[in-house]
Amino acid sequence: MATKVIMPQMGESIAEGTVVKWLKKLGEHVERDEPLLEISTDKVDAEIPSPASGTLTEIVVSENQTVEVNAVLGWIDGEGAGTAAGTAKAEPAAAPPAIPAKAAPAPAPTASDAPVGTTHPRSSPVVQKLAAEHGVDLTKVRGTGEGGRISKKDILDYVAQTQASVPATSTSGAAPPPAAPALAKIAFAGPTQVVPMTPIRRQIAEHMLASRRAAAHVTTVFEVEMTRVVELMARQGEEFERRHGFKLSYTPFFIRAVVEAIRDFPIINSSVEVTNIVYRRDINIGVAVAMETGLIVPVIKNASEKNFLEVARAVKDLAERARTKHLSVEDVQGGTFTITNPGIFGGLLGTPIINQPQVAILGVGAIEKRPVVRDDAIAIRPMVYLVLSFDHRIIDGAVADQFMSRLKSVLENWAEPVL
Amino acid sequence: MAVLTYLEAIRQGIWEEMERDPSVFLLGEDIGTYGGAFKVTAGMLEKFGEARVIDTPISESAIVGAAVGAALMGLRPVAEMQFMDFISCGFDQIVNMAAKIHYRWGPSVPMVIRGPSGAGVHGGPFHSQSNEMWFVHTPGVKVVVPATAYDAKGLIKASIRDDNPVIFYEHKFLYRRIKDEVPADDYVVPLGKAAVRREGRDIAIITYGAMVWTALEAASELEKEGLSLEVVDLRTLLPYDEESVLASVRKCSKVVLLHEDTRTGGMAGELAALIAEKAFEDLDGPIVRVTAPDTPVPFSPPLEEYFLPNAQKVIEAARSLAAY
Repeated sequence: MATKVIMPQMGESIAEGTVVKWLKKLGEHVERDEPLLEISTDKVDAEIPSPASGTLTEIVVSENQTVEVNAVLGWIDGEGAGTAAGTAKAEPAAAPPAIPAKAAPAPAPTASDAPVGTTHPRSSPVVQKLAAEHGVDLTKVRGTGEGGRISKKDILDYVAQTQASVPATSTSGAAPPPAAPALAKIAFAGPTQVVPMTPIRRQIAEHMLASRRAAAHVTTVFEVEMTRVVELMARQGEEFERRHGFKLSYTPFFIRAVVEAIRDFPIINSSVEVTNIVYRRDINIGVAVAMETGLIVPVIKNASEKNFLEVARAVKDLAERARTKHLSVEDVQGGTFTITNPGIFGGLLGTPIINQPQVAILGVGAIEKRPVVRDDAIAIRPMVYLVLSFDHRIIDGAVADQFMSRLKSVLENWAEPVL
Repeated sequence: MAVLTYLEAIRQGIWEEMERDPSVFLLGEDIGTYGGAFKVTAGMLEKFGEARVIDTPISESAIVGAAVGAALMGLRPVAEMQFMDFISCGFDQIVNMAAKIHYRWGPSVPMVIRGPSGAGVHGGPFHSQSNEMWFVHTPGVKVVVPATAYDAKGLIKASIRDDNPVIFYEHKFLYRRIKDEVPADDYVVPLGKAAVRREGRDIAIITYGAMVWTALEAASELEKEGLSLEVVDLRTLLPYDEESVLASVRKCSKVVLLHEDTRTGGMAGELAALIAEKAFEDLDGPIVRVTAPDTPVPFSPPLEEYFLPNAQKVIEAARSLAAY
């Protein structure tokens, strides 16, 4: 529960006061009644005690500004705020946590000046629900409530505005109507069994829909010959297992190949932030793992700094911990690119949804022997379909295909020792 | 249509039920010869006679106990508490007998305990309480709190016809201050149904009893500022109308819970829990309570004024909730 710090009435005739000095820094803990700031008015200068115990989460009025009596000077978040910060951390967002983002002192004390684009805007349950229904990114909505909070009216106005502008741009037809509620109620005929989604399921549902709406998905498919990799595994698989104590799998090959290709096309390893392209220096490759409860994506951190064996170890370790449910929050955070494997159950290819805030995802189909033409003869070769879904907002088809071509080349001409 | 006061409407309702059903009878302190401390039963003795309008000794335990016995024998007693504050003397008979007999052995206990409650008339701590929550927390009884003259008549008639014990809270501040058009016909207002007194879209005020008028006053004031308030009158507190409460909350997404009763353990707390459980995802702001503080009702008029919720307090709460 957030508590307002207000400009007190320092005597009957006093209408305004000036903030002289904040005695606590943003994000600092303060006890109730502990001096929080100094103010100056026409009659007296005074030290203002904190109205509550907690963290100073927002300074609305910065030093040397004069505001009316009862104006909100700042916000103290109570002890409960600790858990809120914890949840915020758990999100895989690459952006810094909320407090530093708000750190810049607002130039004016009015609520309408709250920055659009705050990473964790304050809202309410009904606003969250409406945002999910309409696929609204709350960081884009201007809040007019206290401390810049987004109110129900704010989001409804935003939806009305954005919907009004949609027909002009979406004549291509393929896109789903943005007004379609994500979680609609349906009247079913006949007997049914209703099972509520688990929290992880709901998160996946929201995450997938949000990505579909946020990114301009385009998919490209390449067919890659896996002869060298397959032969290498046949030749050195046993020796690998004997030396390192676990089975050699295909996944590290794809990760290493992706890392190589990303080096040449770094935009594949970027994110979109409003109108900026944010290039990520670390290459952290997420690998989607199907679990009974749902999908989970452990991340191989700094994959570009690992050799083949180190990548293989990291994959094995994460997969094992995913299956035994021993993954930590860090293990699933910070991915910059994702590989998914629809081929595991025999699928030839799939068109995956981008894992936000990333801009591309690689789908690996089943590796199987197929007749292919080599030197005008039909040959039998182990082949795989590689599928890249990418965000056409920032990646054009030419770049995506060059990336894929590089990937194909690395795999087909595999040179790195595996042992 | 006749314009009746809240008090006259209650009298007319009881009168009609006495005429309609010979098993209905009245008992209480000074209700016969004197016509009741507030004159609700004036003229009843002359009209219906000593057998059906019974002056009792000053013993609420005896009044309620006799009513329970009579109800078990097939009559429909309407027992008056001279002030609802004194209902505590009949508490055991209500919560351990009237409320539990049907559950324990099946027979119904069709009886009404009615009387004046509430503050605002400088009655001091023994003549001003709003103690309805004692009985809202007693499964087996119904608790009714009319706010208008029309409802007062329709609800007292429905209460007398109900086969369960009904505790009927008349607000003494409204007795002669509230007047509205009351049909002379036989009609009832169903128990357990709330009424939307004013439609609005920004904030829902859920309230009951005299505070309905306070809420309406605040709503008219705030309309001038462009704030649209919906006012829901619960009318029955047990069983209360969940659907109406949730519908208004879902519509407005912000809610002020208002009652004259003290804060802790009040109806507002119950409603807040309901809203949090069933309409959490429709909320656009904190659930706000405007209630009396946790003290006895003060005798001193300035203190009583400070104690009671009023339109100004509701306006301030609604303004800050609107700005949230």
